[in-house]
Amino acid sequence: MSDGWQSYVRRIEELAARSGLEFHRVDFEAVPDSFMMEIAVYGLPVRMPHWSFGVRYIYQLIQRHMGHSRLFEVVFPGNPGHAYLAESNGLAENILVTAHVLGHADFARNNLLFRRCQEQVSEHIVEHAANHARQIQQVIETHGAQRVEVALDAALALEQHVDIDQPLRRERYPEYLADARVLADDQFRKRFAALEPLAGGGAMEVKKRAPLPPHPERDLLWFVANYAPEMESWERDIFLAVREESFYFYPVFASQIMNEGWASYWHARLLREADFIPQQAYLDAIKCHSDVVRPIAAEAQVALSINPYHLGFAMWEKIVEKNGLPAARAIMQQDDDFSFVRNHLTRELADELGLFRYSARSDGQIKVLEHDLTALHEAVLAPKYNFGAPIVSASHVRNDGTLELTHDSSVDGRGLDLERSRKVLDYLQRVWRRPIVLTTVNQAGSALELTAP
Amino acid sequence: MDEDGGNRGEPSGGAKWYELFSRGARDWLRHDEKVREAVRANLPEIIAGGDVINGGARTVRVPVRMLEHYHFRLRRPEEQQGAGQGKAKPGDVFSAPGREQGQGEKGPGGRDEGEVQLLLEFKIDDIVDWLWEAMKLPNLKARVGPSEETDWIREGWDRHGARSRLDRRRSFKELVKRRGAPGATQTFIDEDLRFRQLARRRQPALHAVVFFMLDVSGSMSDRDRKLAKTFFFWVVQGLRREYRSLETLFVAHTTEAWEFNEPDFFQVSGTGGTVASTGLAKVREIIDARYNPGRCNIYLFYASDGDNSVSDGAEARTALTAIAADTCFTGYVEVSSGLSRQLATETGKLFAELQAAGCAAGSYALNDFEDVWGAVRHFFTAESEAPESP
Repeated sequence: MSDGWQSYVRRIEELAARSGLEFHRVDFEAVPDSFMMEIAVYGLPVRMPHWSFGVRYIYQLIQRHMGHSRLFEVVFPGNPGHAYLAESNGLAENILVTAHVLGHADFARNNLLFRRCQEQVSEHIVEHAANHARQIQQVIETHGAQRVEVALDAALALEQHVDIDQPLRRERYPEYLADARVLADDQFRKRFAALEPLAGGGAMEVKKRAPLPPHPERDLLWFVANYAPEMESWERDIFLAVREESFYFYPVFASQIMNEGWASYWHARLLREADFIPQQAYLDAIKCHSDVVRPIAAEAQVALSINPYHLGFAMWEKIVEKNGLPAARAIMQQDDDFSFVRNHLTRELADELGLFRYSARSDGQIKVLEHDLTALHEAVLAPKYNFGAPIVSASHVRNDGTLELTHDSSVDGRGLDLERSRKVLDYLQRVWRRPIVLTTVNQAGSALELTAP
Repeated sequence: MDEDGGNRGEPSGGAKWYELFSRGARDWLRHDEKVREAVRANLPEIIAGGDVINGGARTVRVPVRMLEHYHFRLRRPEEQQGAGQGKAKPGDVFSAPGREQGQGEKGPGGRDEGEVQLLLEFKIDDIVDWLWEAMKLPNLKARVGPSEETDWIREGWDRHGARSRLDRRRSFKELVKRRGAPGATQTFIDEDLRFRQLARRRQPALHAVVFFMLDVSGSMSDRDRKLAKTFFFWVVQGLRREYRSLETLFVAHTTEAWEFNEPDFFQVSGTGGTVASTGLAKVREIIDARYNPGRCNIYLFYASDGDNSVSDGAEARTALTAIAADTCFTGYVEVSSGLSRQLATETGKLFAELQAAGCAAGSYALNDFEDVWGAVRHFFTAESEAPESP
């Protein structure tokens, strides 16, 4: 890491504060590339062990060896925030990254979705995740790696199935139905109660057990942790640990376009306004910026995916230009990617950027579709619906403990991938320890049941 | 293992914990282990792969796919919509490099990686161990009685002996015991030293000679030969495990016959017709010259496509019957990757006659690489159940 960079941090922070950015202090740490890569793989600097991270790790290694991906920074929101910078960054890159990180810090402190989730998981997710990792390490020592892996297989397979509209520390359902007193209200019972004071009132109250769950429950990690008939307490803890981390990941996932765009907008702007940066470093940094927000690989004509850095950056530029910075800040606070793209990706901008919608057939043929702005919005957002997962809810627990899961194919538009779903049921069955039934639809659209075991 | 992220201080020597320990590598090793478990569960398919024999190496390489941690996903639609960017007009059609299609699948955990194949290296010894374990293959029986050989094994300790047999742990125990007494010397003295002793142990001899005879005539395609060699390869591995002193002999024939060493044998190919009796004569010649059938266990495995020259019938029958009388077992694998004739060939009939005559013999039709394991199992089970020849 070049030494000159540290001296710029303070000045960039001051410039950012003057430009209206509000952020908690950020601790910067320069770490080796290998560790950067692990942070990217795990999503958190220290996280629970699982073989699936090993698979991602190898893919990352391959990517890096092919020169496809290079990580400059990873930042974790919090108070203080933590930013990890790659040791191999040059001066220009670090100046750029510092400004970029401050953009993220501003976003994480002010965006409502981020704030809501941080209120739930606290502003110390890095420490919490490390703590989960340590607890799981202890459980491994007590119960053995294999049993812990079984629990982690199931919990991590359901990591997207949380309901962030519910509190992190969520109460169990009430055990009885609320309208238990209905019976006491009819005429006959009133007269009967008046007749014999001892028999009245409370004695007539019939409590009715609430069905389980009282409504279809999407918060599967929570539901399993709370209502699995025969789960060990350390297994429940693993489910709840994974759930907490998902609460942290959700806003990162659901506002990626806005967040990366916002950070890119600010690194570009701060860089322009920072008159204290040497000329050469400025030029290098601008070059680096244009690589990051590049829409299409250098040699390609079209890209079949959209670079969120590029799209977000372009959108913020347009918004600030048209509506001014205060309006942009209000949008930054209130929106997530869904409202952001639907409200602010205009026809004009889409044309300017050359965005298009396509349909890909399974034989690999790709056809560019008619212009349709609303449909384009949804094509951009589709991978983000419901944390990127199909909508599967727990709908009923039978008397024998059988868990009924229902996939909402009317919203998702088609059925589940059966082979994968079966495997997930297998994972889950090993902690639920009673049969599981999953209802989805087949290719023809008629109901289909998968069972485990 | 320092998992302590809250303490990002410097544990020792100024090195950060993440410089000393890679979680990614740890989880990757676990993945590797899982793959090996999976491979182990599917050994028959794996050993059937034709590429396992790489010239006398002690390992095989098995291509495997990375494991997937499954999540609920939607079924892949016939047509998938996506959003892209660049110079493209409505109605444009182009074909995509397959791996970019999956852009809709990047949730946390649920990412769509391109297909990557791994080459895992397995020790052949391990695989053979697993096979024996998994399939409960019976051990071969010694045909020739308990002629004995001696062997040295470790047995007991003594206070005197060669330095190389000094048992440090044991000696140290003695030192600790003695030190307990008041006024004892604190360092080692001669009395403390313990040396491992060896004893003679007599063991029944299990000496075996295995002939592998391969038809390399022109009618055997490359694939046929490869099939046969794969089969031989695993038989060699299996037998070698059972017999401490196993001699393997390799004979190839067309209208002539030659003896080969192992590496060459697995590379050999030839042209010309098929005269099985030449190969059998060669085997006979070797047996007569080097071995006493009464003193050692002789096995013969013969692989051919079965198209023995018709005029050779009588001669081959005589030679084969004579050899069968001297061997513990005679096996015939018919490799015919094109069409399976279910042993209804010239050579097939010869072996069927042999079996009908009560000799320890067996046949198996090997049509595909998937059958290799079936063949191995067939012969090893058959061999142990075969009547002991008189």
